[in-house]
Amino acid sequence: MRKTWHIQGLLAAIILLLLAPPLSADNSSASPGEELNVKDFILEHLADSYEWHIVGFGKQDITVPLPVILHSKTSGWHFYLSSRFHPGEDPYEGFHIATKGKYKGKIVETEASGNETRPLDLSLTKNAASLLFASLLLILIIMGVARSLKRNPLESKKGFTGIMEMFIMSIHDEVIKPSVGDDYKRYAPFLLTVFFFIFTNNLLGLIPLFPGGANVTGNIAVTMVLAVATFLVVNLSGSKAYYRDILWPDVPTWLKVPVPLMPLIEIVGTLTKPFALMVRLFANIMAGHSIVLGLTILIFITVSLGSTINASMTVISVIFTVFIDFVELLIAYIQAYVFTLLSAVFIGQARITSHGSKPAAQETKTTFMKDKL
Amino acid sequence: MSLLSPEPGLLFWMMLSFGIVLFVLAKYGFPIILKMVDTRHDYIEESLRSARKAQEELARVKETGEALLANTRKEQAMILKETTRKNDILIEQAREEARLEAEKIIVAARDQIHAEKEEAIRSIRNEVSRLSVDLAERILREKLVTNEDQMGMIDRLLDEIEISKS
Repeated sequence: MRKTWHIQGLLAAIILLLLAPPLSADNSSASPGEELNVKDFILEHLADSYEWHIVGFGKQDITVPLPVILHSKTSGWHFYLSSRFHPGEDPYEGFHIATKGKYKGKIVETEASGNETRPLDLSLTKNAASLLFASLLLILIIMGVARSLKRNPLESKKGFTGIMEMFIMSIHDEVIKPSVGDDYKRYAPFLLTVFFFIFTNNLLGLIPLFPGGANVTGNIAVTMVLAVATFLVVNLSGSKAYYRDILWPDVPTWLKVPVPLMPLIEIVGTLTKPFALMVRLFANIMAGHSIVLGLTILIFITVSLGSTINASMTVISVIFTVFIDFVELLIAYIQAYVFTLLSAVFIGQARITSHGSKPAAQETKTTFMKDKL
Repeated sequence: MSLLSPEPGLLFWMMLSFGIVLFVLAKYGFPIILKMVDTRHDYIEESLRSARKAQEELARVKETGEALLANTRKEQAMILKETTRKNDILIEQAREEARLEAEKIIVAARDQIHAEKEEAIRSIRNEVSRLSVDLAERILREKLVTNEDQMGMIDRLLDEIEISKS
């Protein structure tokens, strides 16, 4: 009984997914004269927005309005829903969403002089809402697992808790433990949180339906906060030897006394590590979303080339999109894994105690890992 | 390009949500999970160790029992052998004793038979002498009327005695 319900649900979902492209295609082809701009279409979907577009039927769009929170230097705080904005209409309370220029797609304020300026914009945008949703989901899942384990710790778990436990322990035992070194226990909670935060947001980004689909980890603000967190943890837990290596490295003295050349390079090195983390995650996830969007848009582009080409391109597009989605699933894991692994390695490097044989071994290991990635 | 410049609003929300997630999970979530898994790991290890110990104990007990059993069996065999030997000795002794006793009885019986025989012979002899005297008296009362007969018999008797004496 329950199984058939599941199968029915699955079939309904597949039918919905199959129906969705033609509906949208009708929508875009129904407005003649409006040429589909591929670049704008993809960039618009990758960027953040003030409302959450769910699905469009013909001319009717179903969207979830999100709260707008603004602070203007001239008029103070403003709170309202994004449904107050209507394209092409007058500004609401002096604000409107720019359609062109430097601040395209952002809320801008028109000053008395006619200049457009950006207010302090703390609006709960699509990405922010998705972020909050993912955070809530993650907290619920992990706390659920923790409670289940706490209730009966001596019994081996089955089902979802068992899978999550295996997942957590695989990251803990195979990524964190060997990379951080001796006092991995102090850093394991932070690194596990980073891993599951990235992984949850990556996965949610792959789901095209309502609570997911936002390009969260493909947004540079998100990866920047993660990278800064890693930077802080690495440099706040740095040992004496680590700072000595940065400020007074083992190089000929003329490289560091009149002009602190090597210390400068080392300091830049500490900054490039989290910068690389930030860009790697951002670029990978954004690229994945771009590819899926690009493949999907093939259907709409080929509408004008006749129904035969359009139909065959639709089939090809769906096949490729499914394939890329599988790859993306892999990338969702790999990027979370790489971010956690490199953070763990950086922490391990910052924890070296002296120039003994062990740090040297660690050094070769990390360079080897860097070569691989 | 707007994609590459971080939005302050999203930065704020990201810091807020990541901060909350980090606070909750790194304080109440993952440490508990790791601790519980550790607890279970220790428990399983401990159980395995005690099981191994119990097995060893059992093997030792079994060995001891077997040794005890073998010892007992040996002792039993020894006792049995000893008993048999003692038994044999006892039987032998009894037999010897019985033989001696029997010999004694036989000797006594022989002596008695001898004595009784002597007695019987003696009494028979007495009887015979008494009877012969009676007979002699009777013969003498009836037949010894004539001298000649008397004389003749005495002579004969004397002759016989003389013959037997010579």
